[in-house]
Amino acid sequence: MRIVIIGNGMVGYKCCEKLVNRIPPAQRTITVFGEETRPAYDRVHLSEFFAGKSPEELTLAPAAWYEENQIRLLLGDPVIRIDRASKTITSHQGITVSYDFLILATGSAAFVPPVPGTEKKGVFIYRTIEDLEMMRDWAGKCRTGAVIGGGLLGLEAAKALVDLGITNTHVIEFATRLMPRQIDATGSLLLEARLKQLGLTIHTNKNTAAIEGDDNVSKMRFTDGTELSTDILVISAGIRPRDELARAAGLETGSRGGIVVNDNLETTDPHIFAIGECALHGNMIYGLVAPGYEMADVVADRISGRHRSFTGFDMSTRLKLIGTDVASFGDPFIEGDNIRTISVTDHQQGIYKRINISGDGKTLLGGVLVGDAADYNMLLQTCKNQIVLPPQADALLFGGRSAGEQTGMGVDSLPDAAQICSCEAVTKAAILKSITEDGCETVDAIKKCTKAGTGCGGCMPMVKDLLNHTLKAQGKYIRNLLCEHFPYTRQELFDLVKLHDIRSYDEVLSQLGSGHGCETCKPAISSILASLWGEMILRKGNDTAQDSNDRFLANIQKGGTYSVVPRIPGGEITPEKLIIIGQVAQKYQLYTKITGGQRIDLFGAHLSDLPAIWEELIAAGFESGHAYGKALRTVKSCVGSTWCRFGLHDSVSYAIRLEERYRGIRAPHKIKSGVSGCIRECAEAKSKDFGIIATEKGWNLYVCGNGGSKPQHALLLAADLDSETCIRYIDRFLMFYIKTADPLTRTATWLNKMEGGIDYLRNVVVNDSLGLAAAWEEEMQLLVASYECEWKAAVNDPEIRKRFSHFVNAPEEKDPTIAFAPLRDQKRAAEWK
Amino acid sequence: MIASAPITWYQACRTIDVPKNGGVCVKIREEQVALFHFTRTDTWYATQNECPHRNQMALSRGMIGSQGDIPKVACPFHKKTFSLETGECLSGDECSIKTYPVKIENGWVFIGMDE
Repeated sequence: MRIVIIGNGMVGYKCCEKLVNRIPPAQRTITVFGEETRPAYDRVHLSEFFAGKSPEELTLAPAAWYEENQIRLLLGDPVIRIDRASKTITSHQGITVSYDFLILATGSAAFVPPVPGTEKKGVFIYRTIEDLEMMRDWAGKCRTGAVIGGGLLGLEAAKALVDLGITNTHVIEFATRLMPRQIDATGSLLLEARLKQLGLTIHTNKNTAAIEGDDNVSKMRFTDGTELSTDILVISAGIRPRDELARAAGLETGSRGGIVVNDNLETTDPHIFAIGECALHGNMIYGLVAPGYEMADVVADRISGRHRSFTGFDMSTRLKLIGTDVASFGDPFIEGDNIRTISVTDHQQGIYKRINISGDGKTLLGGVLVGDAADYNMLLQTCKNQIVLPPQADALLFGGRSAGEQTGMGVDSLPDAAQICSCEAVTKAAILKSITEDGCETVDAIKKCTKAGTGCGGCMPMVKDLLNHTLKAQGKYIRNLLCEHFPYTRQELFDLVKLHDIRSYDEVLSQLGSGHGCETCKPAISSILASLWGEMILRKGNDTAQDSNDRFLANIQKGGTYSVVPRIPGGEITPEKLIIIGQVAQKYQLYTKITGGQRIDLFGAHLSDLPAIWEELIAAGFESGHAYGKALRTVKSCVGSTWCRFGLHDSVSYAIRLEERYRGIRAPHKIKSGVSGCIRECAEAKSKDFGIIATEKGWNLYVCGNGGSKPQHALLLAADLDSETCIRYIDRFLMFYIKTADPLTRTATWLNKMEGGIDYLRNVVVNDSLGLAAAWEEEMQLLVASYECEWKAAVNDPEIRKRFSHFVNAPEEKDPTIAFAPLRDQKRAAEWK
Repeated sequence: MIASAPITWYQACRTIDVPKNGGVCVKIREEQVALFHFTRTDTWYATQNECPHRNQMALSRGMIGSQGDIPKVACPFHKKTFSLETGECLSGDECSIKTYPVKIENGWVFIGMDE
C-alpha cells in the first residue's frame, strides 16, 4: 500500500505515528512532503520559542524517527501538483510519487487582510519558527509594537512581542471585543481590563486602512482617521486553509476556503483524505490540535481497514494568554428558558467564571473561565461525562483547585472512561493502568507511556492529580532524594536542619543521615547550613564538607593553581584600586583578565600564596568576590543616569546597593544579577537570575533568567517598583528559591519545574499567597546582618590559614608539577593531557 | 609462598595536622601522597595524589565519603571518584590509583611504600 502525506505539521506527523502503529512496514510505503525545512514541531507552544525553548525542543520527532520507521521524509520540497487520473503527485523539485491513498495535511496560512503596506519591512505573520526568528532579529531595535488581531493567536503574538522586550505593545481588533469565538462579552471585557493592567494597549472596533513607512513600517492608519506609530507589526487576523493544491486538482472546496470532507474525512475523491486545519467538515474548520489529531486517528483507522468516522469534536479549550487563564468548555454561550446560568465576576482580581447548567440543576452544559481556570479540567470532565451535579452547583465556581474536592467532584469521581487527554484520547483508566501496572511514578513516565499530555499539555494538572492520588492510595510518596546517605529531599533537609538547630555537616550526618557522606550531599548540606546560619563556612569542621572551591575560597584552575576575584560591586572601581590589583598581580605573577561580570580575575595563584594575596587586597579595601561559591556573583550595571544621556535612574548606585546586600549569601546555585538604567538594557539584566531595568516610574523586576548552555530570558515579576519594594520582592524571591530549589538548580530551571510557573511565583512573591513574605524578609535581614568577608576571617585565623599549603610536611614548598606557558605578554596554564 | 616486597614506613605528619574527614598532601621522597582521615571510624587511607584522569595533583583536596561500604575520594576537577581501598575508579573510567598502607604511632602518621 502506497501512502503519501502532504504536509509535515503537527497533524501530518500525528498521522504518520498512527499509521506506523497500525500497519507494519512490509505492508506499506509512506512518503511525507513538508514545505518547511524542519520536521514537524509543536506549533501550539510556538511562543515558548521566545521564552527560551529551542527549535529542537519544540520538534515532535527528529528526522531519525522517520528513518527508523521507514518513512521517506522530504522536507523543503512542497508538492505542486496532484494528478488524480494517474494517482501521482509531483513536487517542486520534480519528484513524482504514486499513491493508493493521499492524505492532505496542508494546514493553514495566516490570513493577511488586503490593506496596502503589508510588504514593508518589519511586518510579520506569526506562523512558523522562521517567522519567529525573523521577528526576533528585527525586534532588537523596536520600542513600540502592534498586532492586528485580538483573537487567540493575536494575543499569543502580543505576548511574544512583550517577551521580546517591547513593553509598549498594542493590540488592534476589528470586532467590538477580544476573543469573540471563545468567550462571552463579560469575559472579553474582563480579559481586556486584565491585559491593560499588564501594560498592553487594546484597541477594539478598529479597522486598519494602511500600513505606512518608507522601507520599514513606521505607522498604521485606521479607517476612523486615527494613527499609531509602530516599529514592528504582527498580523494575526485569522487563518486561511491551505486548499490551493486540492482546488487545482478539482477537489471541492468551501466558498470561504477549506477542502470539503465527509464523515469518513474523504474529499470528493475517495482516495484522497484531508485532515487538520485544511479540512472543511460540516462547514467547519477545526483550528485546534485535538480535533486534528482525532482526524489523523480516524484516517489511519480507515486506511488500515477499520470503520471509523469523524462526527465533530468538542471545541473546549484552555489557554494561557500573557499570564492570564482563558478557558471555555461545552457550550459556553447557551441561553434559554430551561438553562440556568450562574456567574461570578471579581473585578479586583480580574476573575470571571460562568457556568451553564440544565434547568433541573443536574448537568453542566458549558461555561467560560477568565483569570482563573484552575477548575477547567474538572468542569470539562463533569460536563463531558454528564456527572450529576451536587445540589449547590454554584460551589463549582468558588475556590481554587480544591473546590472540586470540597464539592465531592475530585478526580476520584470521574468514571474510568473519562477522557483526560483529548489530544491523544487517553482515558482515566489508561492513566491509572500506567501507574498501577506499568510502574510509572512520574508525570514524565506517564507521558511517555500513554502519550497523555504530549499535545496541548492542558491535561497535565489532571494527570498529576491522578498520579498523586493513585500513589497516595498505594501508600507511595515520590520525592527527589538527595543521595544514598540522606533519605530526604533538599527542601526537607533544609527544614530539618533548621528545626534541630544543627550547625555542622558532621552533626547533620550523625542525626539525619548514614555512611560517610559524598560529593553530592556534602556541598548541598554545607550550602543549607550557610543559607540558614550565615556562619563562616570553614569553621566547625565544615571546611572538608565544602566543595573544593569553597574549601579554599578560590577557583581551582587547570594545573592546580587558583584564581582570585575581588568584589568590584556594580563594576565600579577607583583608579587607586585598579593600581593595587595591578601591583598584586605583578608581585605574584598572575594572569589578569576582565570577567563577564565586570570585575577582574587574577589567575595562576599558588595555594600557599592565597592568604598573602588576600591580605594585601583586604588592606587596600577589597573583599571576597565569592566567585568560588554558590552565591551571589555580581550585579552587573550600565553607567546609568549619572553619565548616560538616555539613563532614567542611577543604575550603578542601585547595583552596588544590591550587590552589597546579597553578597556572601549561599544558595542552591550561583546567582547573577544586573541593573540597566533604561530599556536599552546594556547590563543584560534579562539574562540574570534577577534583573532590574529602569522605567519612567521606577524599576521593572525580572527573574529567573539564565545565560549559559540553555539561555532563557528572565520574566517580568513586577513593574514600576520603587527601590525599597523592589528589594523586598528580591528578598522574598531569593529566600523562596534558597529554601525550595533542588541542589545545583539555577533559578531558571527551578521556575521551569514550578507548577503554575511565573504566575504562581508572582502570587507567592508579590501577593504573599503563602503568607511567608514577612518571615522571609526577616530571615534575609539576618543573613544580610551576619555578613563578614570570608577572606578577612580566613587570613586572621591561624587554624584556617595553615590549610593553605600544598605539602602538610613541607608547608613552604609549592607544588613542583605546576607549569605555565607564555601567552602574548602574560602566561597560561600548561595544557593538560 | 610469595614473599611480599619489603615496606619502608615514612613518617608523614602528626595526626592533628590532618583535617577531620578530609585530606592532606604529603611529600615522601619525591612523590606526592594523599592522606585521608575518616574521623567517625578513625580510619586512615593513603593514595597517590595525582588524579589519573587529567594528571592533576589534586586528590588530597577532594571530598571524601562512601559509596555503599566503599570509602572513596572525589577529585575536585571533574568529580571522578576512586575507592580508597582498592584504588579503582568508581565513576566508570578505566584508570585507577595507587594505594598505600597507613599506621599510627604515638600521634604520628606513617605511610608505607615499597623500596
